[in-house]
Formats: sequence, structure tokens, C-alpha cells
Amino acid sequence: MRLIMCLLSLLITNNAYAADGKLLATPGISQIEGAAGGGFVPWAQLAGYGSREEIAGNIFCSRGNTDNYHLNVCGAQIGLYDRVELSLARQQFHVDALDLNIEQRVFGAKVRLYGDIVYSRWPQISAGVQHKKLDDPLVADLLGADDDSGVDIYVAASKLHLGAIAGYNWFWNVTARSTDANQTGLLGFGSTDGSAQREWQLEASTAILLNRHVAVGIEYRQKPDNLGPKEDDWQNIFIAWFPNKYISLTAAYLDLGDIAGAQSQRGSYFSVTGYF
Amino acid sequence: MRLLMLAAVLLLSACASQPKTTLYDDLGGAPGIDAIVENFIKGIASDPEIFPYFADSHVSRFREKITEHFCHISNGPCQYTGDNMVDIHVGMDINENHFNRTVDLLYEAMEQENIPHRTQNRLIARLAPLRKQIIYR
Repeated sequence: MRLIMCLLSLLITNNAYAADGKLLATPGISQIEGAAGGGFVPWAQLAGYGSREEIAGNIFCSRGNTDNYHLNVCGAQIGLYDRVELSLARQQFHVDALDLNIEQRVFGAKVRLYGDIVYSRWPQISAGVQHKKLDDPLVADLLGADDDSGVDIYVAASKLHLGAIAGYNWFWNVTARSTDANQTGLLGFGSTDGSAQREWQLEASTAILLNRHVAVGIEYRQKPDNLGPKEDDWQNIFIAWFPNKYISLTAAYLDLGDIAGAQSQRGSYFSVTGYF
Repeated sequence: MRLLMLAAVLLLSACASQPKTTLYDDLGGAPGIDAIVENFIKGIASDPEIFPYFADSHVSRFREKITEHFCHISNGPCQYTGDNMVDIHVGMDINENHFNRTVDLLYEAMEQENIPHRTQNRLIARLAPLRKQIIYR
């Protein structure tokens, strides 16, 4: 809570030391595993407003609530010279049915390989990794997961088209992720029956910027289905507000499908990122 | 019924004779662009990071050439008679940060004239491809 208050104070601050070399809203927000992105999907942009002469640091917290589950995530990112992004996220996933928390931490790294989402002719391309480890494998083991840690590898392409749709700026991102994570790793990795292999999943986001400060969009994240209880693809519809280059606030409506036997999990999502 | 026909004809003819407006028109024509340029110059002059790049320029020449440029690039009745973008910016070593900061100043210059956001984006979109001729020269 204190962190949230601290973040919200950025609404009124005039932070002279923050990196500010990118156009407003173009770094995106922070996804649940800590990378710069949307809500679910890591994007090709690197975290923060740092241009190629600058270092940027961000902190973020997000909360997702569905009927039977609650996810709290807080984390931090460093953007180095608009070339490398390092991130750390700590996830706490509350399972109402068991009244327990599953905790996972995610180390991420992302490298920009080509381009600039606004100015280059072709989309910006980045590649990244996310190393995930559960604090306690209890639930993952019970459900038949093979491992309590795993590595996702992804390639992302994104572009902002200026004035593209009736004069509005249009953003899209497509990400391909190689993963064996069950429910992003919160339910472990792979499955003990050996049928589940690492596989490529497709993720995508698109948004329209209604003005320089507000974006509305949708996201889709394809998911593997390794365990006995069915795992569904995820979707959300979001609105993000960028009042300045120091903070963003995002609200979303989630449709996460079935999670560990609890059917059609829908709910709300709220996220705040502070940019330094 | 006859009234309805008349209304339909009037509406249709209004559609047919609707002139296709250029970005130049949407920016307010010559007076609109003059006002945007004036705001832009004021924005540059009061920005401590951007102003030094302009310290040696002649404001009147800059005003004239950039007005021509905006008019030309928005399909207005002007020819750009200034130097090419590379020659102008060579030796200035403008970085990404300062380029984007200047884009923000132009957005704000249009905002001050109440140019709709969608029209603002269209001008920025036409200028954006020039970036590679401007930065790190």
C-alpha cells in the first residue's frame, strides 16, 4: 500500500531526473511477469522513457481479481540505453478454495534487436527471456506439474502507426513465446505424464490512442494446456492513462477462462507504473 | 413526400459537392500554420534544452522556411525553398531525446490552436520520416 501511495505521488510530482527521451505512452506499461508490455503480453518496447543516451528505472504494482483467484504483482525494471531491459517481478497468487498463496518470482531480460516503434520503417523487434521460480511447489506438484521452475523465451514485434486510423495513432504488438509454464508458471511447468513439451504460443495486443494521454485496447495470450484441469487462452480489454512521463494507470476487464477447475474466471485488473 | 424528396436531393448534392479538404485546410490554412509556427517558435525559445540548438539561427528565416515546409508537406499552395534537412542539421548532433522533445513542442503548438488530436497526428506522421535526416548529424 505504501508503494502504491508512493507511486501515486508521481501524479503531482515534477521529477527532473527521470528519463524522458521517448514520446508519451510509447514505452507501454508493465505486464504481469515484469516486462514492459501490456497486461499479459511482453512488448518489443523496452521499459521506461530512456532513449539511447539514457538509463530508465521503473517500479510497478498490479492486481487482478477474478471470482476464485487474486493476483498481486510488484516489480521493477531497468532500461539501459534503449537496448537492454532487466526486470524482476514478485507474484502472489491467492487461491480462495485452498486459502493459500502461491508465490513466484520472475527474472526477465529483453534486448532490442531492431528499430523504433514510432520511426523505423519496419516494426521494432526484441527478444527476451523470463526465468520463473515458485517459492513452494506444493500446488504444482498436486496438479501433476513436472517442475517448479522454467524459462520462457520470446520474440516480440511492435509498431505505432501515426495517424493511421481516422487520424488516431494505432499500436499493435505480436509476440511468440516458447514456454512449458502452466498458468504462467503459477501452477508449475510441464507435466509428469511426459506428454507436455515446450511449445510456441502466440500473443497479441492492439490499441488506439484516443489522445496523447489515453489508450484503449485489447490483448490475447495463447496458453499451453499441459495439466489435467483445462487451461484456457487469456483475453483482456484495457484503458491506460498516461498523465505525464512519470506514471501510468491502467484498468482492464479480464477473461481468463478456466483456471485449475474453477470455470470461466472473469474480473478486473488494475496496474500502476512509475517511471524514473 | 415531395418535401422528403427535396431533402434527399439536397443532402445528396451536399455530399457530391463536398470538397475534399487537405491537411493544409484542416490546419487552418495560411493563418492556421502561421499561428502554429509562432507557438512552436515560442515553445523552442522557452525550452532550455532545445533553445541552444537555435541560438545561432535567424528567427525570421527559420519562421519563413518552416512555414513553407509545413504548408508544402500538408498539400498547401507553397513550395519549400529552404536547404535540405541533412545540410541544415549537420554538425548539430541532435539526439533522440531532443528530437522527441521537439515533437512534443510541435504537438503543444497545435494544441494551443485547438487543432484536433487526429489532425495533429497527421502532420506529425508526415514529418516523422525526416527524422533519419535530422538526428545524429
